[in-house]
Amino acid sequence: MSKDPVLQPTVSLKKNLTIALAGNPNCGKTTVFNALTKLRQKVGNYPGVTVEKKTGRLELSRGRNLQVVDLPGTYSLSVRTPDEEVAREVLLGRSRGTPRPDLVVCVVDAGNLERNLYLVTQIQDLGLPIIVALNMMDEVKSQGRQIDVKKLSELLGVPVVSMIANQNKGIDDLKSLLEQEIKADYTRRWRMSPLLEEDLEAMVQVLIDKGGLTRPEAFFESLMLLSSAAHIPDKAYAQHHHIMFSKEVIDELNQINARLVRQGVRARSAAIEARYEWIKFIVKEAVIDTLAKAKNWTHKIDTVLTHKVWGWVSFIGLMTFMFYMIFTIATYPMDWIDSTFSHLGAVVEQSMPEGDLRDLIINGIIPGVGGVIIFLPQILILFFFIGLLQDTGYMARAAFIMDRVMNKVGLHGKSFIPLLSSFACAIPGVMAARTIESPKDRLVTILVAPLMSCSARLPVYTIMIAVLIPQASAWQKSGIMLIMYLLGIIAACTMGWIFKKTLLKGQKPTFILELPPYRLPSFKSVILQMWERSRLFLKRAGTIILTLSIVLWALMSFPRQDNVEPAEALRQSYAGKIGQTIEPVIKPLGYDWRIGIGLVGSFAAREVFVSTMNIVFNLDEEAEETTLRQAFKQAHWPDGRPLFTPLVCISLMIFYVFALQCISTVAIVLRETNSWRWTLFQLLYMTVLAYVAALAVYQIGKILGFT
Amino acid sequence: MSDSEKNYRLLSNLKVGETGEVVEFVNESALSQRMEEMGITPGEKIEVVRFAPLNDPIEIKIRGYLLSLRREEAELIKVKIS
Ligand SMILES: Nc1nc2c(ncn2[C@@H]2O[C@H](COP(=O)(O)OP(=O)(O)OP(=O)(O)O)[C@@H](O)[C@H]2O)c(=O)[nH]1
Ligand SMILES: [Mg+2]
Repeated sequence: MSKDPVLQPTVSLKKNLTIALAGNPNCGKTTVFNALTKLRQKVGNYPGVTVEKKTGRLELSRGRNLQVVDLPGTYSLSVRTPDEEVAREVLLGRSRGTPRPDLVVCVVDAGNLERNLYLVTQIQDLGLPIIVALNMMDEVKSQGRQIDVKKLSELLGVPVVSMIANQNKGIDDLKSLLEQEIKADYTRRWRMSPLLEEDLEAMVQVLIDKGGLTRPEAFFESLMLLSSAAHIPDKAYAQHHHIMFSKEVIDELNQINARLVRQGVRARSAAIEARYEWIKFIVKEAVIDTLAKAKNWTHKIDTVLTHKVWGWVSFIGLMTFMFYMIFTIATYPMDWIDSTFSHLGAVVEQSMPEGDLRDLIINGIIPGVGGVIIFLPQILILFFFIGLLQDTGYMARAAFIMDRVMNKVGLHGKSFIPLLSSFACAIPGVMAARTIESPKDRLVTILVAPLMSCSARLPVYTIMIAVLIPQASAWQKSGIMLIMYLLGIIAACTMGWIFKKTLLKGQKPTFILELPPYRLPSFKSVILQMWERSRLFLKRAGTIILTLSIVLWALMSFPRQDNVEPAEALRQSYAGKIGQTIEPVIKPLGYDWRIGIGLVGSFAAREVFVSTMNIVFNLDEEAEETTLRQAFKQAHWPDGRPLFTPLVCISLMIFYVFALQCISTVAIVLRETNSWRWTLFQLLYMTVLAYVAALAVYQIGKILGFT
Repeated sequence: MSDSEKNYRLLSNLKVGETGEVVEFVNESALSQRMEEMGITPGEKIEVVRFAPLNDPIEIKIRGYLLSLRREEAELIKVKIS
């Protein structure tokens, strides 16, 4: 690499170029992006993983820098969903915060060439210089085919690099192409009928002369107009395309349209068909069938996983197995973390002088933060499994299996993908709702997504299950856990149905979803995702949970009471007062004021319930040297009745299934819906639902004679 | 009904494993356009691969890739049985 810029005076040192990665969903754009920028954006084997534009940098030789933009996938430029709109706006240079790209790298799934080339021909029309990154070349081979890359490049009139992005093959070729200057010299090779071409050209001329557009822009808009129902830019069109036309332009377009109608030509899909004809020709020339037999793994796997009976069995079986692993292999590292923290506590106790600070560390921070970190192994296992689901291609199948059920409740099968993602965390789930076409269906999906049990509920469930049946086998625990998760799914569907019937009535949604071939999950990407997740989890423990633990400890320790029993001191603390204030409200659910402190504490983050309980029962010196579970067992009402009866445990778990206790989710919902009203509505309905459900469980249980 | 007309059916009426050739969309709409953009164009070969466990949606193969559609959407597509 030359350090001296003077030696290369002419070549684009002038500015930082922007390149965009565009292509169909799931063709490997983000994989290419990560390879180019060394970033770690999420990849997964289902359409719609990326829903926002992401920016990174690529350093070239001679000190040049490229700004690389990863876009959400789209099948065409006639946009239907919010994520597709992001992609189109960037390509048209209408996106806020991103300049019009100087070059587009069209990532193409070589194993699915015909459909992928459709978008390429559309982007070519935009007049941008492009490079085609012919990805997934490994799959072409196993389909028993070969692609003549040179021929393809000639026919398309653009440079083509073949690559296998997930194995890092071809990335260097792409980089060296990016070093060169690439021009857009493009002549359109597809043609519609002569009559239509004439009318199209007339429209283009109007838009150039009277509308002030450039030729590619005018061409793009004319085609969009031709394919719209009315062929003229009405209000809806202008809104959808963010473009305004003058009265004069509209009048002229109206005349052309009248001519179109007179001629009686089918205009709406003429361009689509013409493009595909051209693509058929390209493929015929450039794709060679080898005589090798195609491997069809996908078909065989689907025969089982989408089978009438085995499909359901495998879905439930998979989840049970996941929980089983969570309760078995996670226990070892959990014990280890547990003893590390108690050791830490002992060390601090011995080495620090007595006082508030020591008290804060021993009774606030260590039990509060440590009590949450202990669940890291379980959460890692959960993410390992979710990573597998997302990387193999099962997500789309789950949507396929569940669509009928979702249809019955008036939702989208596609909604199931955001819902499944919410098992990890509601935030990516809410974001993933961007792939849904109808704004109403998208809103319903966002409203119900946090009902799916996320990883932050795992600690709460685990503790409650342990108290509920101390001697339970891992299978029993897994069974209870499965029920909690299924309850979340059922609640999401039911609430979705109610919202669709009442507040957000709308048409039946459509469901057109690509089912990608199964792919071997990349070990590296699964591990990376687990790492990323544990980083987030630890960060959360170090920020939100640490802060809340300190606040809660302070509320529970002040005002200082001397010469009273610890339990009495807690009762008279600020937190105790708060707990007692709400006790009348939660008593019907079977909870006392101490649980009340936990409920209030976990309002911003659910895991804090566990921290709070740790602190509450840690302050109680009698409970020293015992585990939280034992402390729970010993806790009782003033009249001596045990506090954590099985019924109370169940009622608490139910409460946590339904309640929206997560400040980050509230923030993301506000951003995605852009409406305080809906955000608050969600918070309200979930809280009411949680309360009513827990109340019903406790009261009905009591009537039935349970304790 | 003439012989040739008998060969025309809606995609939703095809059985698993049957193939046909796309003829046209029963009515044109934004939805039919989307399907065309995804490659379901007149003259293309289309195959019904399987039904979902609850019979709806269906999985089809078009231009070498797998796509899932609801039956309602499949009702919009007229095919010629080969
Ligand atoms: N076999 C094979 N798989 C690949 C290749 N490149 C990427 N993949 C896999 O293809 C899947 C999709 O990759 P992504 O990078 O997430 O695709 P994307 O285009 O960003 O997808 P969206 O964001 O959903 O539009 C992932 O499972 C990748 O691991 C490749 O060259 N060969
Ligand atoms: Mg992506």
